[in-house]
Amino acid sequence: MSHPIEKHEAVSPGKKNELLKNLSVILPRHAILYLPEDLHVYECDGLSAYRQTPLLVVLPESTLQVQQVMKICKHLAIPVVARGAGTGLSGGALPLGNAVLLSLAKLSNIIEIDVANRTACVEPGVRNLAISEAAKPCGLYYAPDPSSQIACSIGGNVAENAGGVHCLKYGLTVNNILKLKMVTTDGDLITIGSNALDSPGYDLLALMTGSEGMLGIIVEITVKLLPIAESAQVLLASFNEIPQAGNAVAAIIGAGIIPAGLEMMDKLAIKAAEDFVHAGYPTDANAILLCELDGNSEEVSEKISEVENIMLEHGACDVRIAQNEQERELFWKGRKAAFPAVGRLAPDYYCMDGTIPRHRLSEVLQTIETLSREYGLPVANVFHAGDGNLHPLILYDANKPGELEKTEELGGKILEFCVEVGGTITGEHGVGIEKINQMCVQFTSTELQQFHAIKHAFDPDRLLNPGKAVPTLHRCAELGAMHVHNGELPFPELPRF
Amino acid sequence: MTDNLTESIQEQVKDAYYSSRALKIMGNSTKEFLGHPVSGEPLEISGHTGIVNYEPTELVITARSGTTLNQIEQALNENNQMLAFEPPHFGEDATLGGAIACGLSGPGRARFGAVRDFVLGTRIINGQGDLLHFGGEVMKNVAGYDLSRLQAGAMGTLGVLLEVSLKVLPKEDYTRTQVLDVSKQSAFEKMCQCTELPASATAYVDDRLYIRLSGSENTINSISTKIGGELLDNDAAFWLNVREHQHPFFRESNSLWRLSVPPATPPIDLPGQWLIEWNGAQRWLNTDANAKHIRTIIEPLGGHATCYHSPLHSKEDEHEIFHPLPEPLMKLHHRLKYAMDPNGIFNPGKMYPGL
Ligand SMILES: Cc1cc2nc3c(=O)[nH]c(=O)nc-3n(C[C@H](O)[C@H](O)[C@H](O)COP(=O)(O)OP(=O)(O)OC[C@H]3O[C@@H](n4cnc5c(N)ncnc54)[C@H](O)[C@@H]3O)c2cc1C
Repeated sequence: MSHPIEKHEAVSPGKKNELLKNLSVILPRHAILYLPEDLHVYECDGLSAYRQTPLLVVLPESTLQVQQVMKICKHLAIPVVARGAGTGLSGGALPLGNAVLLSLAKLSNIIEIDVANRTACVEPGVRNLAISEAAKPCGLYYAPDPSSQIACSIGGNVAENAGGVHCLKYGLTVNNILKLKMVTTDGDLITIGSNALDSPGYDLLALMTGSEGMLGIIVEITVKLLPIAESAQVLLASFNEIPQAGNAVAAIIGAGIIPAGLEMMDKLAIKAAEDFVHAGYPTDANAILLCELDGNSEEVSEKISEVENIMLEHGACDVRIAQNEQERELFWKGRKAAFPAVGRLAPDYYCMDGTIPRHRLSEVLQTIETLSREYGLPVANVFHAGDGNLHPLILYDANKPGELEKTEELGGKILEFCVEVGGTITGEHGVGIEKINQMCVQFTSTELQQFHAIKHAFDPDRLLNPGKAVPTLHRCAELGAMHVHNGELPFPELPRF
Repeated sequence: MTDNLTESIQEQVKDAYYSSRALKIMGNSTKEFLGHPVSGEPLEISGHTGIVNYEPTELVITARSGTTLNQIEQALNENNQMLAFEPPHFGEDATLGGAIACGLSGPGRARFGAVRDFVLGTRIINGQGDLLHFGGEVMKNVAGYDLSRLQAGAMGTLGVLLEVSLKVLPKEDYTRTQVLDVSKQSAFEKMCQCTELPASATAYVDDRLYIRLSGSENTINSISTKIGGELLDNDAAFWLNVREHQHPFFRESNSLWRLSVPPATPPIDLPGQWLIEWNGAQRWLNTDANAKHIRTIIEPLGGHATCYHSPLHSKEDEHEIFHPLPEPLMKLHHRLKYAMDPNGIFNPGKMYPGL
């Protein structure tokens, strides 16, 4: 398999012993894992095609312990890979053989729910859904809702700038957090942002969000909470043609309606979801749209019939409005279970995460279909249609020799096409190690250099998650995949052989 | 033409980089009064104008940074859309670049979000004269560090903004404003409840609470009845005056401070007159209290204070415009500045000494 991590020097047994000795002074016995059978569970994150045994795993139980771990690692020049719940889909939390894997799972307290200011202060290991559950008795919730919300951690959400089906209206993680406490590579604790709506100085909160464990370890997060909407209604529209569904999406937005969620699924995804959870999806349709509106009851009823008309005008062959809460949940269940449902169709699936300008949707899906045929690998499409975030799911069998490589190549081509139409290689899953090569396509060498300079400002010794998220210029040059920018040769500064 | 301009801006930055000469980045100077005065060779952006792309159904507009806010708002208006963060103009020909760099948001901020929440992508020139593009025109993009949002509020100290892509929103169907005569205490309680209402702005000044409601006409009318008070005539003018600091409150002659605090913070014990916005989160104070006193009171509340105008402006006060940062955070700011602008040529000292 094409393991994309760059080679690094192994840690000598002597140094490993010294590390263990130092760590055992500050951590309880059970918080350090080093036996092969204990390390096994940490070999990969949600992108299980890539695996690597970490040097060792630590599970600190306090901020102070995190600080001490960082100080020890800095002193011994041992890299550190942060891990939340390990649900990431880009290999961001993939261990390195020469690095400590720092799990934040034990930092899982909800510190405070401030009802008057509508905020929750939590530790990074708290699960996304647990915040909304804790806030529910106060009539509040945390808006960003990744499909993995039962499992993923809020720290991981910040590190990836996670999104969810409700992000069109309520924003991504970056729009829903106020304050972070972060441990630097030196082991210092700093506070970024505040409980007010803004803070003096640079917007480091934005910079930290989506930084994939490359700039610091997040140890506390203050999130915004919203009042639970008085009413929510969902509508399911079926289409015979994908472009019709695409046009309906544009028309809804064009009519000045911002739905709470607006999701599209194609035929293969519909069928898989229906077989899996029996949500009542029309298996003969080529596309469905799920459109949810929320807010004041009167307004929701008014707008839902407006949306119904728009769907019909744009060729929907069937439109159904969920008649009660139970049916509403069922409609969503199919969408939320789409990944595992598609996963049942083949031994393995590979989830892509491109974003495109919505009006290029038909063209992009057409290209995906052509590529899918060319490679002989089926692709199901799940689409956050409202904000243009496309998840093509490639079905393959890792046990067939060469098929994973073929899948990766197909995935790479899909992402490159997303960039070509003015989109991006990742909307919400992050670059991690998975999309490191495509970064060379999306950014010029000077842009990548700027990213490295930012990394250097936080982590001059490259100890935090090294080798992830931003490729070295050398790597890009070797790939030769660089686009020619303004007629200039990529990397003129590098020698060519 | 504009490409030539980009090139000449880039040339000027490169020259300044090689000779470590300070540059003062200039739009149309409507917000020059903010922050510390900068001395440096002027770098004119105001000629770099034009809307590059606007696709209403994509909810995105991209424009060159010298484009006036008026021009952008007019284009949006024709499609019944808006900049939901309602940037203050502070002058006829305020530019997009200035609005982003200063990071100011208007009355709609508490409901819709701040400038930085709407920034999707930027084209910038860094301190070495490199032309860089971050983010894009799509709603979701996590490739690379978010160096676009980082520009919002950096006052030009981290780069020259050439082009900005912003998320836009449809205008609400219907808007009206209720005015209530209430005590401070009761105003605070009411503002606290406003997050549950379709309230798109609040202001409390001279014992009157103004609540702007936006949504569908039926809903808004029925909510207005519940809230009570009176309907405000010509409410658009009222909110415009608040946003543009044209309201009589802003004509007081003392120092004008902006206090940013957690919204539910009770009335703050500082002398002077108050105008309170954003459901309590943004508080304008006209006062003769000194910077040190204001900050001693505000810090334990979890907030910060910025000086907007001061008749007493003297050299001694100059380090006191923006709220001081704790040492470790300041250190990080310096390193970040170095990463973007290694020779410190962009608007040196505009925000803090050394940045
Ligand atoms: C079935 C399924 C559905 C999904 N659906 C969505 C979706 O709808 N939307 C979406 O955005 N994502 C989705 N994801 C992806 C994933 O759940 C998110 O990226 C999530 O934010 C990762 O959180 P985690 O706690 O699992 O982080 P991990 O996978 O453990 O780590 C992710 C990255 O964050 C870093 N990190 C973790 N914690 C910290 C910390 N405290 N400090 C610094 N760095 C840290 C790691 O180093 C790594 O780079 C889905 C995944 C699965 C498996």
